[in-house]
Amino acid sequence: MDVVDRLLGKKTTEGNGHLPEDAGLITDAASLTAQRTPWQSVQLARELRRPHSIEVIDGLFEKFQELHGDRGYRDDPAVVGGIAELDGVGPVVVVAQQRGSTTEENIARSFGMPYPEGYRKAIRLYRMAEKFHLPLVTLVDTPGAYPGPEAEERGQAEAIAKSIATMCGLQTPIVAIILGEGGSGGALALAVGDVVLALQNAIYSVISPEGAAAILWRSATEAERAANALKLAASDLLRLGIVDGLIPEPAGGAHTDPQATIGAIKSALIVQLDRLGRIPIADLLAARYERYRHIGVVVEPLPGAVPVAKKEPFWRRIMRPA
Amino acid sequence: MPFGRQRKEFPSHLWTQCPTCGEMLFNKQLVRNHNVCTKCDHHFRLGARERIELLVDKGSFTEHDTELTSGDPLGFSDQKPYPVRIQQSQAKSGEKDAAICGTAMIDENAVELAVMDFDFMGGSMGSVVGEKLTRAAERALANRTPLLIVSSSGGARMQEGTLSLMQMAKILGALHRLDEAGLPYFSILTDPTTGGVLASFASLGDIIFAEPNALVGFSGARVTSETIGEKLPKGFQRAEFVLEHGFIDQVVPRAQLRDRIAYFLNAFRPSARDLRWSL
Repeated sequence: MDVVDRLLGKKTTEGNGHLPEDAGLITDAASLTAQRTPWQSVQLARELRRPHSIEVIDGLFEKFQELHGDRGYRDDPAVVGGIAELDGVGPVVVVAQQRGSTTEENIARSFGMPYPEGYRKAIRLYRMAEKFHLPLVTLVDTPGAYPGPEAEERGQAEAIAKSIATMCGLQTPIVAIILGEGGSGGALALAVGDVVLALQNAIYSVISPEGAAAILWRSATEAERAANALKLAASDLLRLGIVDGLIPEPAGGAHTDPQATIGAIKSALIVQLDRLGRIPIADLLAARYERYRHIGVVVEPLPGAVPVAKKEPFWRRIMRPA
Repeated sequence: MPFGRQRKEFPSHLWTQCPTCGEMLFNKQLVRNHNVCTKCDHHFRLGARERIELLVDKGSFTEHDTELTSGDPLGFSDQKPYPVRIQQSQAKSGEKDAAICGTAMIDENAVELAVMDFDFMGGSMGSVVGEKLTRAAERALANRTPLLIVSSSGGARMQEGTLSLMQMAKILGALHRLDEAGLPYFSILTDPTTGGVLASFASLGDIIFAEPNALVGFSGARVTSETIGEKLPKGFQRAEFVLEHGFIDQVVPRAQLRDRIAYFLNAFRPSARDLRWSL
């Protein structure tokens, strides 16, 4: 996030250069001591008692008014969104993925796996944020997009793609917070932002550890090994520059003290929205583009360093027909 | 049990059996027909280099970013370490990674072309593919030319973890700029286009074509059938199925692909459009 700080005229960035260390945010990956193995993080992120989006929204905001439906097919209960008021910031648009704390709730919310209409509802709310100049806050917590045949028929891939593309060009500040499990493209569809934060025990991965184990080791029981290899724990994400800061959780995990966790999220969110609100929108969009533009590791030799093909000996050249 | 060694009737390096009609096809003839069965029009997969040759005006292709290769940001190792896997794929396919990008002419229209290569680790999208496609989109924007991406991929590359996932946002960010600049983007889906590739740039073309019977779907058929606990209907996630549900424009046979693209390139060319419509 050094681009944002540069726009704000701040000279110094602390930690690993992403965010200034304020509001208790962890921004220096080196300062993190390994408390848990990635597999323990996976289990904590999926903990049923972990505070889920609706509980977090109720704690963070006042006067939350939910808005339903994608205006096309139906209302997807796995995506919750609406308008709420945040202390010191004012009204914001909030879009979240909701999973349940009990089996019945989970069935009703399809385990937090959105259908295409869920993403289309999200897109509708993003556009609303843009239209009325409200900042957008998204909360990510999903095992992934729903993979069933009806979702395929209604264009799951198109809905996700359009959601990501919409967020890339949305003319309003976006703060995305990964609460628990960030499952692949289904999570990314809500997680493109100017600032992306994660709770300390959240995970964010290209594929579930079980899925990776089934494909790479041909055995679902290797999930723990896959979780280690995929580098999906929040501390790794910070190190790779995928998230900008971690929100600290109580020692035993977020579910041991939801109030404290939500308090930490709230203070981090207020600081970030205040920061982003002072940046002209054109600069913000340029910074958002740069943020994603530089993610990834490629090896490219300098133009001069490209190995030149060895010249053929002269006799072979003259022997070759013209 | 008959005596003697069983006679090999069709040496496999000379002949290929068509999986649809069972016809034995002479390989040379198959290549000449762009890997399409001469009897039943079954489309075999086509390599990236052959695809470029099929699409562009002869000799007009200039490749860019040829030396871009993958790092090993996660220190990933499954059955074998990721760098070894990359080296083996490079040796096998002769390519550096799963995408080839360059500038070319199609029917005398300058275009930026990117073709994914399924033979390289299943065409999976890691940082290199993301970077190459983003650069292609940025070049298209700088030169104000249309962009053409031919997808052929199983999705994001697991060996680069969440970094692969972020490539989706990176490419879509660049495509968004292209869209705002009013430049056409063509997405061609070939067998297979699935996962994170379909859930990002492949689904958002101004024009989206697919090849006949190409696998086009978000989640793997195995995952989907496990979710509902039953077998999937025949033709599920095929190009025709996706066309029927309204997510692609046309299913175009390989032999007509080049001319069909050229038609739309000409139609969208600014000089073809009378300027008074935009003033």
